[in-house]
Amino acid sequence: MSEPSIRVEGLRVVRGGKVALDEVSLEVAPGIVTGLLGPSGGGKSTLMRAAVGVQRIDAGGITVLGRPAGSPELRSRVGYRTQAPSVYGDLTVRENVHYFARVLSVPEAGVDDAVETVGLGQEAGQVAGSLSGGQLARVALAMALLGEPEVLVLDEPTVGLDPLLRRDLWDTFHALADRGATLLVSSHVMDEADRCDELLLLREGRLIATGTPDELRRRTGAADLDSVFLRLVEGGA
Amino acid sequence: MSLRVTFATAARVLTQLRRDPRTVALLLLVPCVLVVLLKEIFAGEPQVFQHIGGPLLGLFPFISMFLVTSITMLRERVSGTLERLMTLPLHKLDILGGYAIAFALFAAVQVTLVSVVAFGLLGLEVAGPKWAVVLLAIGNALLGMSLGLFVSAFATTEFQAVQFMPALVFPQLLLCGLFVARTSMAEWLQVISALLPLTYAYDALAKVAAGGPYGARFAADVAITIGATVLLLVLGAGTLRRRTP
Repeated sequence: MSEPSIRVEGLRVVRGGKVALDEVSLEVAPGIVTGLLGPSGGGKSTLMRAAVGVQRIDAGGITVLGRPAGSPELRSRVGYRTQAPSVYGDLTVRENVHYFARVLSVPEAGVDDAVETVGLGQEAGQVAGSLSGGQLARVALAMALLGEPEVLVLDEPTVGLDPLLRRDLWDTFHALADRGATLLVSSHVMDEADRCDELLLLREGRLIATGTPDELRRRTGAADLDSVFLRLVEGGA
Repeated sequence: MSLRVTFATAARVLTQLRRDPRTVALLLLVPCVLVVLLKEIFAGEPQVFQHIGGPLLGLFPFISMFLVTSITMLRERVSGTLERLMTLPLHKLDILGGYAIAFALFAAVQVTLVSVVAFGLLGLEVAGPKWAVVLLAIGNALLGMSLGLFVSAFATTEFQAVQFMPALVFPQLLLCGLFVARTSMAEWLQVISALLPLTYAYDALAKVAAGGPYGARFAADVAITIGATVLLLVLGAGTLRRRTP
């Protein structure tokens, strides 16, 4: 296996007096889609914020592509989609993506590609504030995909989307991974876990299990991933 | 720093403003209406209008840009767009520079419009050059912008941000010398007045309106106004954190 793109070592983060991440160590490999799963409040977003360098860290470290997370050289190589879509509500879909494209020096064609990829070609001229929650989420995703970053950190990118679009987006994620990109995708929906090549299960700030979906099923003897999660939490498997 | 990113940001901010025609109309028309009102309430004492009209033209952009910036910046902070920007290859100064260019352009339009009304229709006279009033007004817009940017870090809701206007702008207007000459204020008020940036901005405008003198004092007024703007921008940049708890 090749060098991991994201390496987390003994990461500890305290947010608002609460331990959000406690001694988390893990690795994320390139060329596959790694799912970060677990209930809300388990530390998924905090870990992702740490990976893009906007989270203040209390102990431990996190490196991305061999550099400390958040290093200036990483900023054009890492795409990030925040959990709440960080989009300018008073700009159109295209204007939002276009602004980010100019910051990232991505050519015009890349703007249309990104907008098409998330299936918003029809809505490109629409003001973002008038879009539905699912559409807004896709605008933010288009902004993260700009310029084909080597590492994509996507915080719940498919929440609230219709199944058809969700399938298309997961196909896109795998296509990007096949081209060598590293994808870290979070979800609190267990049925999305099966779409990932590798899983990281996070609960109450601790990493409780890692492995492929099949490995986890085998190890716990559970049929579906929801039960896998239950057994891991309750049985200490 | 990158000019490409700075101009992209300026264009983005102006597009956002354009999407809100009601705000644009209010920003452009309210100063005009106020200056007409000012002329009318002092119909019996036209010398008062002549005395405070010129400087007041230059102070409008300070007030409006303070408000516009503090709200826009607060929105960037609260909506998460600022955090998102911080993960991109851009410098904090690119964001601030972009805002400064956009608001300076907008202030230029605002001042030009209210100047046409005041000088052209209402017969306001200033002894100094009118372009100097416009130029100083743009400077005041940037001063208001930097102050708004800085205080936006201390507000968590738009409600709070709006309250910073009476808290931080009104006292400066009262103490700058516009309503009462600073020399006739109590000593402790003069001390406070000397600490407030708008005092110097007003003083420079008043000197232009009176036709001088453009001596060391005028130069100091301009320098302090610019210095305060830069200082507030630097402090504001300090509040744009890449890493947050």
